[in-house]
Amino acid sequence: MPADAGSNRRPETGAFFQRDRSWHPPALTPDYKTSVLRSPQKALLAFDNTASEITGPVFGHAILGELDDDLIHNFAKPGESAIGERIIVYGRVLDERGVGVSGALLEFWQANAGGRYRHKKDGYLAPLDPNFGGCGRTITDADGGYAFRTVKPGPYPWPNGPNDWRPSHIHFSVFGHGFAQRLVTQMYFEGDPLIWRCPIVRGIRDKAAVETLIAALDMQATIPFDARAYKFDIVLRGRRASLFENRPEGN
Amino acid sequence: MAQSLTRLKESPSQTAGPYVHIGLTPNFGGIGGVYPTDLGATMLNDKTKGERIGLRIRVLDGTGTPLRDALIEIWQADANGFYNSPAELRGDADPDFQCWGRQPTDMETGLCSFQTIKPGRVPFGDGRLMAPHISLWIVARGINIGLHTRLYFSDEARANAEDPILARIEHRVRVPTLIAERQGDAYIFDVHLQGEKETVFFDS
Ligand SMILES: [Fe+3]
Repeated sequence: MPADAGSNRRPETGAFFQRDRSWHPPALTPDYKTSVLRSPQKALLAFDNTASEITGPVFGHAILGELDDDLIHNFAKPGESAIGERIIVYGRVLDERGVGVSGALLEFWQANAGGRYRHKKDGYLAPLDPNFGGCGRTITDADGGYAFRTVKPGPYPWPNGPNDWRPSHIHFSVFGHGFAQRLVTQMYFEGDPLIWRCPIVRGIRDKAAVETLIAALDMQATIPFDARAYKFDIVLRGRRASLFENRPEGN
Repeated sequence: MAQSLTRLKESPSQTAGPYVHIGLTPNFGGIGGVYPTDLGATMLNDKTKGERIGLRIRVLDGTGTPLRDALIEIWQADANGFYNSPAELRGDADPDFQCWGRQPTDMETGLCSFQTIKPGRVPFGDGRLMAPHISLWIVARGINIGLHTRLYFSDEARANAEDPILARIEHRVRVPTLIAERQGDAYIFDVHLQGEKETVFFDS
């Protein structure tokens, strides 16, 4: 289903802006040890987007269940809820031109309030919460806006250095409108001292780039006596205008 | 000073980590009851047009060990070369084909399997036809930014020889890293993250 169904905005078909790879973490970040054997070492093959990268899957609201954007309740028994600090995460998905990306599918996953994932490979001492699964999803509105409810994930230790701890974080997967916009990232929380010690975060070389992944506590968006709010905007690659593209078939 | 260009910066990538299944294939990861099915698990139905094929993909690290915690997404044209996307202006794609699929690697063997159809040819920007291909996007623990590459088909030698993207690979010995070998009705494709046989990855 087209993202812009109901609007008269024409679908955009331009190629995406070149990705600034110095803003992203490089493939090889030796302090994050797993990257050592999993990082390509040869130069990437660069080319301007073809139709295969300009197009991409778009998802309709029909895939969404009623509780997909509520991690406090989507795995909980009826009448119960997940344990932890209740929060709302909200923001917009924009592209590099500042245009809101409508119809973007966001999927998110996280540890529970104690820092434990519901995954057979996570053996951390912290207990599972029987009412917390840890996954959710939503689709952005016409302006690129989104929001979901969850509990604040706890920090957790992980096998890398002898005593490395991940800062509290939520993993995000984002689809824009083109395959070349595909992005996975993580959201961190304002004020967490573990952010700047984390080898995964520190793979990003520019401090200003890291700061774009830190959600701000927004007391104006809280729901009194219910949940605090964190604002997290996500930026995807922008599209060139296709008006003057040199395409013989007029595409 | 000139006027400022008010562009934003793309959000920096971060690894999908070891628990990517929770978010992207929760039913496979053991979290049932939240979503009815895992998104992208099925690409076909009985009415889908085109030749049924399987893909058997592995992702190997620098020691040749298959990753058992990776996730692969594929994006491809339908049998006529059309994408099921609002940005596809050339024609309507097969409504019975998803064009997009998502599968985890098996937690024991590292094998990742897709059931799909052979894609048609898609034009390059200048109108020449590209060889049939499937775009891949790979994430896993230890991968800081999702890896983009393509799978081409061993039984399309003529089309591959005139493909404008394959033609851009300077070191011709690396071209075979993008070509899946046909075995029966399936194609076998090993993605090497590094080493002598490192797959050609894209910046596009
Ligand atoms: Fe995590």
